[in-house]
Amino acid sequence: MSKVVKSIKEVIALAGLKDGMTVSFHHHLRNGDFVLNMVMAEIAEQGFKDINVNASSLFDVHVPILEHIENGVVTGISADYIAKGVGRAISMGIMKNPVQFRTHGGRPSDISLGRTPIDVAFIAAPTSDTMGNCSGKYGKSACGSLGYAYADAMFAKKVVVITDNLVPYPLQDFSISEDWVDFVVPVEAIGNPKGIVSGTTQITRDPVGLVMASHAAKVIENSGLLKDGFSFQTGAGGASLAAAKFLKDIMLKKEIQGSFGLGGITGYLVDMLHAGCFKTLMDVQCFDLKAVESLRTDPRHQEISAMQYASPSSRSAVVDSLDVVILGATEIDTDFNVNVHTDSNGYIMGGSGGHSDTAAGAKLSMIIAPMFRGRLPIVTDRVTCISTPGKDIDVLVTQGGIAVNPKNVELTQRLTAAGLPIIDIHELKEKTERITGTPKKLPKGDRVVADVISRDGQLLDQIYNVPQK
Amino acid sequence: MRRSMLFLPGNTPNMLINGSCLGADAVIFDLEDAVSPNEKDSARILVRNTIRYMDFHGCEIIVRINSIDTAFWKQDIDAILPWKPNLILLPKTSSTADVLEADAYITEVEEKLGFAKNTVGLMPLIETALGVENAFAIATATKRVKALFLGAEDLTADLQCKRTKEGREIEYARTRLVVAARAAGVDVYDTPFTDVNDDEGIWTDASYAKALGFTGKASISPRHVEVINSVFSPTQKDVDYAYEVMEAIALAEQQGKGAVALHGKMIDAPIVNRAKQTIAMAEALGMGRGN
Repeated sequence: MSKVVKSIKEVIALAGLKDGMTVSFHHHLRNGDFVLNMVMAEIAEQGFKDINVNASSLFDVHVPILEHIENGVVTGISADYIAKGVGRAISMGIMKNPVQFRTHGGRPSDISLGRTPIDVAFIAAPTSDTMGNCSGKYGKSACGSLGYAYADAMFAKKVVVITDNLVPYPLQDFSISEDWVDFVVPVEAIGNPKGIVSGTTQITRDPVGLVMASHAAKVIENSGLLKDGFSFQTGAGGASLAAAKFLKDIMLKKEIQGSFGLGGITGYLVDMLHAGCFKTLMDVQCFDLKAVESLRTDPRHQEISAMQYASPSSRSAVVDSLDVVILGATEIDTDFNVNVHTDSNGYIMGGSGGHSDTAAGAKLSMIIAPMFRGRLPIVTDRVTCISTPGKDIDVLVTQGGIAVNPKNVELTQRLTAAGLPIIDIHELKEKTERITGTPKKLPKGDRVVADVISRDGQLLDQIYNVPQK
Repeated sequence: MRRSMLFLPGNTPNMLINGSCLGADAVIFDLEDAVSPNEKDSARILVRNTIRYMDFHGCEIIVRINSIDTAFWKQDIDAILPWKPNLILLPKTSSTADVLEADAYITEVEEKLGFAKNTVGLMPLIETALGVENAFAIATATKRVKALFLGAEDLTADLQCKRTKEGREIEYARTRLVVAARAAGVDVYDTPFTDVNDDEGIWTDASYAKALGFTGKASISPRHVEVINSVFSPTQKDVDYAYEVMEAIALAEQQGKGAVALHGKMIDAPIVNRAKQTIAMAEALGMGRGN
């Protein structure tokens, strides 16, 4: 028996793809991914129509999908995150059917519950053996964890592994196992390593970012959660990483040993592991080369699936054991609802990813954002799109003060007692608008271009087209 | 209270509008070295409008104007003075004559604006060998002078020596300025530590400046502000001791005693003065008495 198929063209036929079916992709190769474009080009070439693409994320490298949308090859998109290249076209109304935005936990949940069945999953694998045991840790296109691909592999009707490093059977230390895989396709390259992971992720040098990071670390220090067993997730943004660095200094000074660091893992969390701040890292996605190297070599650094990471229908998920998460926002309103889907002009440029999953699970969900970007205030009366509901957000940290969600009476008292600059969110909005002025309301289109689906499958909000002048 | 003073280039709007958020007790809007000659006008307008329209929430405003041997300094004063900055930082002050020339023009502008004399203070920046030698005369040249400020970068160029992290080359200037300022009854501020990435270095340098008697220290990097504030703030132990001193004095007065001892040491006038200063600073920082 051989699962190895010579080409993507052949495997599409073998997998039984038909018009109207759903194909899926993971985004671990990020902006270096070749696989989605290669597969969709072949699907278009073979004349298929009405294909639904379920991708854990779409990056700017995936802009060629727009041509397939215009030609009727792709008529449905489901994703957790869509970068601005594709997002802008969607906001301009390129698709007849609204995009379905889910979260990193909601996506595998809906796949596993049969709400979003996948006909053929195409799994980019930096290394695979001939039977489909595959891993992201090895090979020229190594990306580290393959966490987002597990649900696709487990629940799709047909599973195709596409690799640029086919090795003899059996591969040791695989992530996705052969019993889920139907076909293996070797190709010359699955991605551009430069776009897959950053060489290094850097903490910010921006003074405003450092002030926010310092505030954020002090909020954590005084939250009552920073003690032995502490668990933590932060993003790869400059201020979030700076907060992690300040937090590391505090943990070392106070000799606090946390239990785990979670999430998209960067070299900074790896440094915290090495320094003894955590016992383990739980990794659904690697952001830089240091994280990939650590996952490959350090048994304390563990790969987890998106289901284990954040699925609300899993028997348990790691986010439910999380103490603190640091998140970003393009807007936050006075009810603490957060937008991470659209930019200041209403165009799609992101998505929840794990934002609302971790916010829902963590004991302390903290947003770090400057008071204004460009000349636009971050705090508004009502966000353009609710990506994460305000009930799940505890604190907003800006350079101009720290706004605590009024539901957190004890946290407000703790932070006030610690001498931190606490400010009511309405006052923060006014303070910012004294500098920026009050922006005009965005013109809203008349057509829904995206549904934002909460992690438990409910419609949370809808994004409208941006009217074109 | 002026523990930290943060330089902000006058031609960087993003830094200017965030100036009050960066943790410094005072910001120094720089119209001099940070601004190239062809940007002097735009920086002057930016700084003027920043002072005019922005709320600095108790953060003091200092403006470093151009030196009096340039064509810009009077225009700087004309633009800035109407908005009442706390202090004007006068670069390359080397003599009493420099101070008096600046003072005369500031007085003239104050009169035109209907301000009381000395509404705006002056802080001579001592950054020449001659300035160091004339420090006491400069500090006492006019009542407008509120503090001296040591600028080590230009000073070491004038001294024809290399500026080092250890700072042995400015040892004399530092101690000379502290003595001159204290003798004149004005504050004195230390030069910035210029390695932005050396967290230990700024701690060591600021601690040394405090040990010499400086009132506070300037910074060119917001990253240094927190360390400077911390070094120049009293510790809880200092505050508690200050309260004990004042209580002991009060008790002695009640009991009609002349000499007072605390923990086996005599309390004299300098100790009482220092205790008063510490308590004033603690109150400004919201520090109460510990347990």
